[in-house]
Amino acid sequence: MKFGVLVFPGSNCEHDAYHVISKVLHHPAEFIWHQSSDLKGCEAIIVPGGFAYGDYLRTGAIARFSPVMDSVRVFAAKGGLVLGICNGFQILLESGLLGGAMLRNRGLKYICQYVSIRVENSETSFTSLTKSEQVLTIPIGHMEGNYTIDTKLFSLLEKKKQIVFRYCTPEGKITPSSNPNGSLGNVAGICNPQGNVLGMMPHPERASERLLGSEDGLLIFQSMIQSRSFTRR
Amino acid sequence: MITSQILAQHNLTKVEYQRILSILGRQPNLTELGIFSVMWSEHCSYKSSKTHLKRLPTQGAHVLQGPGENAGIIDIGDGYAVAFKIESHNHPSFVEPYQGAATGVGGILRDIFTMGARPIAAMNSLRFGPLDQPQNRRIMEGVVAGIAGYGNCFGVPTIGGETVFEECYSQNPLVNAFAVGLFKKDQIFYGQASGIGNSVIYVGSRTGRDGIHGATMASTGFDEESESKRPNVQVGDPFLEKLLLEACLEAMKTGAIVGIQDMGAAGLTCSTCEMGGRAATGIEIDLDKVPQREEGMSPYEVMLSESQERMLLVAEKGREEEIFRIFNKWQIDAVRIGKVTDDGILRVLNRGSLVAEIPNRALTDDAPVYKRPISLPARMTHNQKPCPSPFRLNWGDVLEGFLASPNLGSKEWIYRQYDHMVRTNTIQLPSADAAVVRVKNTNKALAMSLDGNGRYCKQDPRLGAQLSVAESCRNLVCSGARPLAATNCLNFGNPENPEVMWEVSQIIDGLANACDILETPITGGNVSFYNETLGEGIYPTPVIGMVGLIEPLSRMRGSWFVEEGNKIVLLGPMVWPRTEYSSALRLTWQSLSSLKERTGDLYTAWGNQLPCPPIDLDVEARVQKTCCQAMETGLIVSAHDCSDGGLAIAIAEMSFSHFGCTALGAEIFLPQDTELGEVLFGEYPSRILVTVQEKDLKALQKIAAVHAVEMTLLGTVISGFLVVRSGDVLVLEKSVVTLENTWINCLGGLFANPL
Repeated sequence: MKFGVLVFPGSNCEHDAYHVISKVLHHPAEFIWHQSSDLKGCEAIIVPGGFAYGDYLRTGAIARFSPVMDSVRVFAAKGGLVLGICNGFQILLESGLLGGAMLRNRGLKYICQYVSIRVENSETSFTSLTKSEQVLTIPIGHMEGNYTIDTKLFSLLEKKKQIVFRYCTPEGKITPSSNPNGSLGNVAGICNPQGNVLGMMPHPERASERLLGSEDGLLIFQSMIQSRSFTRR
Repeated sequence: MITSQILAQHNLTKVEYQRILSILGRQPNLTELGIFSVMWSEHCSYKSSKTHLKRLPTQGAHVLQGPGENAGIIDIGDGYAVAFKIESHNHPSFVEPYQGAATGVGGILRDIFTMGARPIAAMNSLRFGPLDQPQNRRIMEGVVAGIAGYGNCFGVPTIGGETVFEECYSQNPLVNAFAVGLFKKDQIFYGQASGIGNSVIYVGSRTGRDGIHGATMASTGFDEESESKRPNVQVGDPFLEKLLLEACLEAMKTGAIVGIQDMGAAGLTCSTCEMGGRAATGIEIDLDKVPQREEGMSPYEVMLSESQERMLLVAEKGREEEIFRIFNKWQIDAVRIGKVTDDGILRVLNRGSLVAEIPNRALTDDAPVYKRPISLPARMTHNQKPCPSPFRLNWGDVLEGFLASPNLGSKEWIYRQYDHMVRTNTIQLPSADAAVVRVKNTNKALAMSLDGNGRYCKQDPRLGAQLSVAESCRNLVCSGARPLAATNCLNFGNPENPEVMWEVSQIIDGLANACDILETPITGGNVSFYNETLGEGIYPTPVIGMVGLIEPLSRMRGSWFVEEGNKIVLLGPMVWPRTEYSSALRLTWQSLSSLKERTGDLYTAWGNQLPCPPIDLDVEARVQKTCCQAMETGLIVSAHDCSDGGLAIAIAEMSFSHFGCTALGAEIFLPQDTELGEVLFGEYPSRILVTVQEKDLKALQKIAAVHAVEMTLLGTVISGFLVVRSGDVLVLEKSVVTLENTWINCLGGLFANPL
């Protein structure tokens, strides 16, 4: 399955995502420049981490106006898989592909560390290879990961099982102390109602090789590949 | 009209002015005076340190580029090379901590990618005053945030370094920034303006009034007026630098770039004359063409501005368009501002007139070089005659008390703010002995460490310098690497003070000696003088940035206990022959209880009472070789060197939990009649703690014997507790969880907004 990795001025993690897809999973991957409207026949799009446009104005606020995001919106409406990681998640929020907003971390500092996240919905195209309530060890690296949304909309997210990952203890308990940034309900990742667009703050591409400390991130990419091969049949 | 007042403002002496007159054969105008003042400043010319720096060993089998260019370069095999360097940004960080530190990071990153290498890792060595003073907390918080803000946005992982707290740095914090980049050996770029007629192109941020005389500020001490120096501090834009990096690396692939240099200290002035000086050519530029972000800038201001994120490149005549196209794609200004000439002169035009005309060499190679007077400081001849008397101490309490010191405690509060994982190459997370990044597409990894010691160098500069080099090599060896080469950042007080110059000379001798014996040449670095406020200087502080290779990757080792049952072995001398250090050490134990009442930072107060530990570089070299060989034969499970706080601290550190692993512990057996204070806490060098499987003890013994290195079986890895016995006596028994809690909460508790 071909993955497209978007590149904005200021993206930093596009090479990391590309490396996992092409060198670890041995699937084709291509970079897509933000000015381009051509998604080159990719079956999945990754909106990578970094500091698109230097996080000027708000994180992701300017990137959402790039020509490529128009194509991504159309692609998503047709059911294409879109994974937004960290800054990518922020861009998806600003683009309206996901609901909610990101605030500055409660501690007001950038945090880079490994965290535990629990799979809240193991039936999405991004988590099909995981089990419900499975704990994944994946690192975060962000200054604005404090997810928030209107209370009514939050209940809707919960009802429709759109909350995909929550920060938890290594044993899988959702507690305030296991929440690194203050996000509402310990939310670490959500998907859209159709389940084909996922945004997550932790970086699965940083946890896809044993050498780096954890391979749990691979499950997300592998789930994406598997879900598409199912739909092809 | 050049008056004495104007000369003083420019930090130029009357003698230097006479020299300018004879070089030019006429009086300089103000713009030319400004140009001379920045290029002849201590920071740019190294006029007080050049005569001494010559004594450093700079050559080696792996060295591709030594001092003289923007960064040093070593060959790491398989066609790859790495460029690395360390630089100081001390003075700006005192005036404006966030931007001072941020632009320090920006500057060193540019020094790396101007050579054609993509930065793959950054480290920093920071020194502040004690954290019980709010000013020092403010400076530290700003500096750390600045480093994080710049490095994280730029996209380089900040993976290691050191942070030290001593009173002498209160008004003179030290911020030494290190970066390393990776490239192919045949794709190196130099800062040379070659090819008569070639185009000189300015790329990057627009020029503004920030940072004017930044170089001169770094070449003088602080006084009451220091707040007003704020406009001298540059302001950084890491996003722009990231775009600049991508554009430069892409443009370099075209083959149209003949030479390139970043605009750092002394901005446009420095890059033009240095590039011309190296190539023995001249450069003519027209300031009307320089992109400016403020109106009405004078030629003086444009030439001296230290606006960040700018590069100067020389392109083959006729191929400028290829370069402009790439910079336009990345939305960065790229303008042809001049050309390379054949007469060795820097010519600056503004509004149709010639506003400066100076031979390049006069500003660079022919800048003044001073042999500053040297004199032995009075404190060095002071002789203490200690009279140790009996004492009793609870060694477990001493250990826990020491671990509470910010100088020994966990730095997690700091490194958590740095993205240390971007680019997915970091295979050793922070807090190990060395930071390690893999080199994709090879079976190699680069190990690196930053180590300095001001306290030792104050006591004995020569010895202190040797100890610093030894420690940085030892740190690399413990991670499974072979140390290859080093960069150094030397931080001193006022060079016009003969006692400071004595420190400089001694430190250089110590560095040269150690680098020679340990076979780690110096490939470049930086000297920062005038780190003093109101006449009070810092401890002389050399910081070594050591780089080494781990090959194959599987050879990498961590600094922690891995499995219960493993044997704990000390490689290197357990006990040292009676020295001034050991006598002084015994004296400190007597005063420890009264010290405890007077200070919250027991370890630092204790350390400041001690002279420099001794070192025998031959022993050091053999201990390191033993460890290396044992690593090569796969005997070592984990390794950690003994340094600050000695053996007891090192064992505690090996017990602590770290990513993926819970805390363990140790049961240590020392001989009866062991001089406990000395063996447990003496900061002796040349000691490496290793853990091995029991079955491998004999093989390790054989290797140690080959190198005539002392080896002592200390004990076994257990869980839960740190237990030390001397003969039948229980000397120390502490819960590791308790010790670790003290160690972890050391810094976090001092700042608001805990994570």
